[in-house]
Amino acid sequence: MSAELMKGNVAIAEAAVRAGLEAYFGYPITPQTELLEHLSKRMVELERVFVQAESEVAAINMVYGAACAGARVMTSSSGPGISLMQEGLSYIAASEVPCVVVDMMRGGPGLGNIQPSQGDYFQVTRSAGHGDYHPIVLAPASVQEAIDLTFEAFDLADKYRHLVFVVGDGLIGQMMEPAVMPEMRPIRPRPDWAVSGKDGREKHIITSINLGAERNEAANLRIQDRIRVIRENEQRSLEWNIEDARILVVGFGTAGRVALSSVKMAREAGLPVGLFRPITLWPFPEKRLAEIVDGGIQAILVVEMNAGQMIDDVRLVVGHDVPVSHYGRLGGAVPLPDDVLHEIEKIAANIGLTATAMAG
Amino acid sequence: MVTREQELVRTVVYKHPEALEDVQTHYCPGCTHGIAHRLIAEVVDELGIQDRTISVSPVGCAVFAYEYFDLDGVEAAHGRAPAMATGLKRVWPDRVVFTYQGDGDLAAIGTAEIMHAAARGENITVIFINNAIYGMTGGQMAPTSLPGQRTKSSPMGRDVKIAGYPLRMSELLADMDGAAYVVRRSLHSVREIRKAKKAIRTAFMTQISGLGFSMVELLSSCPTNWGFSPPDALKWVEENMVPYYPLGDYKVIEAVKALE
Amino acid sequence: MATGTIVINEARCKGCTLCTTVCPKGIIEMAEGRVNQKGYIPAVLVDPENQCTGCAICAVICPDVCITVYRDIPAAKLQPATA
Repeated sequence: MSAELMKGNVAIAEAAVRAGLEAYFGYPITPQTELLEHLSKRMVELERVFVQAESEVAAINMVYGAACAGARVMTSSSGPGISLMQEGLSYIAASEVPCVVVDMMRGGPGLGNIQPSQGDYFQVTRSAGHGDYHPIVLAPASVQEAIDLTFEAFDLADKYRHLVFVVGDGLIGQMMEPAVMPEMRPIRPRPDWAVSGKDGREKHIITSINLGAERNEAANLRIQDRIRVIRENEQRSLEWNIEDARILVVGFGTAGRVALSSVKMAREAGLPVGLFRPITLWPFPEKRLAEIVDGGIQAILVVEMNAGQMIDDVRLVVGHDVPVSHYGRLGGAVPLPDDVLHEIEKIAANIGLTATAMAG
Repeated sequence: MVTREQELVRTVVYKHPEALEDVQTHYCPGCTHGIAHRLIAEVVDELGIQDRTISVSPVGCAVFAYEYFDLDGVEAAHGRAPAMATGLKRVWPDRVVFTYQGDGDLAAIGTAEIMHAAARGENITVIFINNAIYGMTGGQMAPTSLPGQRTKSSPMGRDVKIAGYPLRMSELLADMDGAAYVVRRSLHSVREIRKAKKAIRTAFMTQISGLGFSMVELLSSCPTNWGFSPPDALKWVEENMVPYYPLGDYKVIEAVKALE
Repeated sequence: MATGTIVINEARCKGCTLCTTVCPKGIIEMAEGRVNQKGYIPAVLVDPENQCTGCAICAVICPDVCITVYRDIPAAKLQPATA
């Protein structure tokens, strides 16, 4: 398989098609509109389902309907559209039907701008709209990762009957990189639990309403049990230069990628720095992070394109053992490697490490 | 002398439809939801489609409609049923998908979804229960409440200066090129109920024949929140709602006329 | 003139009285001095002179599908026995 130059948004769309996407319902919003446009052609070509809905509200409810029918289904949007979808996402979560949602984050809050950001971290990891839930959240940092994670997202969604987010930012959506696309997978058969017309069996009802405290609590506990299993088994991360690191930089997506450049520059200058890049924002890779921190980390720098959201999850793992600081750009600004390097150097100085001294 | 052929046999000519569960509903005494549910179930039985019909329940008094139909069913968020139905029908084109919606669901929060489903000519069937009030939440004004009508949120009577005018949904949707069959009927008398059943049947036939969007608006009563006895509530429908919401066929494309 | 009868499922009746308002023979009444298990006064057929024709108009208006309607049909007109 040879690599081809692909645009992030288009690559994600095509990866979904290869994974057996049966239906896409979406709405244009910068910076992910190319995804919708690619599917408007591809899905029709392949005689699969494509509808440009009248709003993100309608789109997520169309996704909900198709998911109840057991079809592999996806939508995509950016922060303002994901906000509109919160109601539908909550219903999908409660109904335990699988689906994949792509969020290409942009500067917010409000209408914000169309530049890249990571400002939706809380929104996608903490819950699906109202109520107790955690979607699975995958965070690629390159076009190839975006392809691979999108392709796998559908299997994860099916495996757990869970909502899976693939989150990028405007940069990942817009950039072009060489990547390899997986082979086309056949459309899988509809699962037994789906609604399809009660043909020789008892009727299937898919609903999110559970009247009565005990009944709703039981339904919630069932979801929570599953969330526990996901948390146990699906944590993922990547890491660089960890072995003798004293300073740990943590970043995801584009911020993690920029931080890698900074970490490499810092290493060249003799600073013992490593990078930890979560792939799953939820379940947050707490086990691996804890192990790394226990191995001698003296300070952590969290780099993200927001005012400090993932840093909360880092602090939850690390507690008061190690100082955790944040470097971020807001409103669509992207951090530059030199700026992150500067922060690393400040931290190093604070804990008594210099560019020329190697730690113990 | 009576021959064997002339001998009379006491035979069931009407019984509980198959597609309706044999359970008591939570609807109030005299609520026309019960009639509407029964008509849909009778049509499903007659068309032999129980094994391939999927219902989409609303938010409203009929939120548990899926408990009462012996059909596969899903529960939509308030107003979103036509969007859910779109998702279902697009991935199951040979199944019969219908939504069952009240006036808040369809004519307030769900106005965008119903307009666009009709505009796209989605091959679904919508049963619209118009009882000029919000029943489930205790009797507030609906977009279909009449000028001057007293409700919990218009206690002095709907004042058009504050609250504007009611929506006539059948008229609005009939204008859509994607709409194939849009009619308004009523449930206020035996004669009208029989006509309503025929319309529901035509609507389902429209879907089965792949002809486009179908909707049957049913003028209905809410005895509890209107403060009337069930018979008086039906009279109120006839005397007050029918003049404002005229019964009739608002859109019937040629191909559907052939089905009637 | 056709003859028939109805059976009202009293347990399901909610006492809405709609059937009593439409019966062409006026032979459906609300029960006297009793309620069903849910506390509703059920409708009852009062047909000492066998006036019921099995027209099923009551069943058309009943919102709770409580009424099963029977009609006396000449054997020749009946469908062959099916399941």
